[in-house]
Amino acid sequence: MKQGAAPSIRSPRGRRRWSWSPGIALQVVLLVALSAIWIYPFLWLVSASLKGSLELFVSGLDLVPKHWEWSNYSRAWNDAGFSRYMVNSIITTAATVLIVIVRCALTGYVLARYSFIGKRFVLGVFLVTIFVPEGYTIIAVMELSRQLHLLNSLLGITLALSAGGHVAAILLYTGYFARIPRELEEAAVLDGAGFFEIFRSIMMPLAGPVTATVAVLTFLGAWNAFFVPLVFTFSKPELRTLAVGMLAFQGEHSTDWSGMAAAATLSLIPVVLLFMFLQRYFMEGIAGAVKA
Amino acid sequence: MATTPESTSVPLAARGRRGARQGVLARLWADRWIYLFLLPTAVLYSLYTIWPIGVSWWYSLLDWNGFDQHGTYIGLANYREVLQDPFFWHAFEHTFVFALISVPVRLVLTLIVAVMLNNPRMPWASLFRTALFVPVVTTTAIIGIVMQFVFDPAGGPVNLFLLKFGLIDRPINFLGDSSTALYTVMVVHVWKWFGVTMIYWLAALQTISTEYYEAARVDGANAVRVFRDITVPLLKPFAIIIGVLTFIDTLKIFDLMLTMTGGGPYFSTEVIDIFIYREAFAATIPRLGYASAAAVTFGMLTIVIAVVQLLAARYAQRARRTS
Repeated sequence: MKQGAAPSIRSPRGRRRWSWSPGIALQVVLLVALSAIWIYPFLWLVSASLKGSLELFVSGLDLVPKHWEWSNYSRAWNDAGFSRYMVNSIITTAATVLIVIVRCALTGYVLARYSFIGKRFVLGVFLVTIFVPEGYTIIAVMELSRQLHLLNSLLGITLALSAGGHVAAILLYTGYFARIPRELEEAAVLDGAGFFEIFRSIMMPLAGPVTATVAVLTFLGAWNAFFVPLVFTFSKPELRTLAVGMLAFQGEHSTDWSGMAAAATLSLIPVVLLFMFLQRYFMEGIAGAVKA
Repeated sequence: MATTPESTSVPLAARGRRGARQGVLARLWADRWIYLFLLPTAVLYSLYTIWPIGVSWWYSLLDWNGFDQHGTYIGLANYREVLQDPFFWHAFEHTFVFALISVPVRLVLTLIVAVMLNNPRMPWASLFRTALFVPVVTTTAIIGIVMQFVFDPAGGPVNLFLLKFGLIDRPINFLGDSSTALYTVMVVHVWKWFGVTMIYWLAALQTISTEYYEAARVDGANAVRVFRDITVPLLKPFAIIIGVLTFIDTLKIFDLMLTMTGGGPYFSTEVIDIFIYREAFAATIPRLGYASAAAVTFGMLTIVIAVVQLLAARYAQRARRTS
């Protein structure tokens, strides 16, 4: 086992032997059944996206299509505009992640390492507003965006997703920067490095793990965002993101199940793939909420 | 260096320059880099979080349709109407029924699974953990639409499955029937967010040293006793914060509800977020002031509940420490 200092949520494998006692075997059976239920909707979705509309209704529970209907995908991608929605999702998500990392790292850094007039006030404001729900602010955010002429633009969506909130990311950076030893920056000060230079060339690189966690969690929030892009694109369909495009597609072609399944599969693939590669960051980012 | 790190390891010369007698302005100037670093968040957060919180109060006092530049001030009339609006209270009720049922279910089920997965001898534990976590990363709004088909009475796999195994005689219209719709969304919600609470529990369980378990095993304690006498007491401080996080999570069900049911049938699944959305955006004549009043009322109620929970958590922790 690792030392308790950094409780990773990876299961402690290594030298430990798996057990197959009756008790464990029963638990394994339960977990297999549970996992099957959890995964089934995705299998059904992918299967439905490859069936013809008719086969979808006739074939019942069979997951493997008799004829592989790849045309569902081209219909969703080209005709239903999902290529456009994908680009919009990528732009707003990437810009949101970038803005959140920069502003939260800067804020977390000074909060962690310096005392200054107004520090307690800043921290107090964050703690008071940390739990404000989206439904509460959305009307005012829209009105603000309208006045700033940002309502029908990707920039407007991006700012609405990145500018407010994200207190948790600030606190993650604060916690991490507070633990970096003084000696590192003292050496740099002696070398004549300035305030910003220390942050950029010493602190930021050291905070890599937090940046990874913040990036992953922000990505998740922005890619899956729905309320903001929905109300921001009422009058500009070409700015829809994948999630909003899905709702519009359903409204326009409510009988095209297989086309919709293909569109949903296309929208979900990037995030599921990313999760498979970066599992650790996803889970540790979420576990961080409890440990902090 | 212009600024002073909190700890004492600053060069003495720098400290001398900034004694306690130093003027406020000089101190602010000396710390200019700090404020420059705070600037992006200060501007953006003020505009997109603090301003909306404040101005929502003002909006809630207006009769305003959103097409006009400005609304007319009508005092507390919106609040009076909100408090008497059966639709608001139904939405309030649905939101809390949803939370009061799904939160305990989620907490208990995820705890059981987390305890199983935390066992170092459990085969394929990380595989199970991944499978149960996958729904968390997917887009809720898209899942909501997909689930409409999964629960469809005519061709959806859930009904086909239940029919095939003779569990029901005729298909159930899960989402089209006002008596089942809310519970169906609850099932999907638990499915979707199961992984988050499971990871919370796993993180908490990892803080318990395996030595406790090994000692208990040597003493011949069975699994139930180990759970009751070791796991539960050591998890208690985490349980409250995990409960609060899960609860707050459960109040945010707009995406799932709008895409699965849209608040229907007959408003039977209309939660607060949907109510606000309907009044502010989906109505033919939007009522931004009225929707704001509903949002403020609900936000206040939520904050009160969250604060009470946190105070209870503090109190419980202090009681633990002193005992």
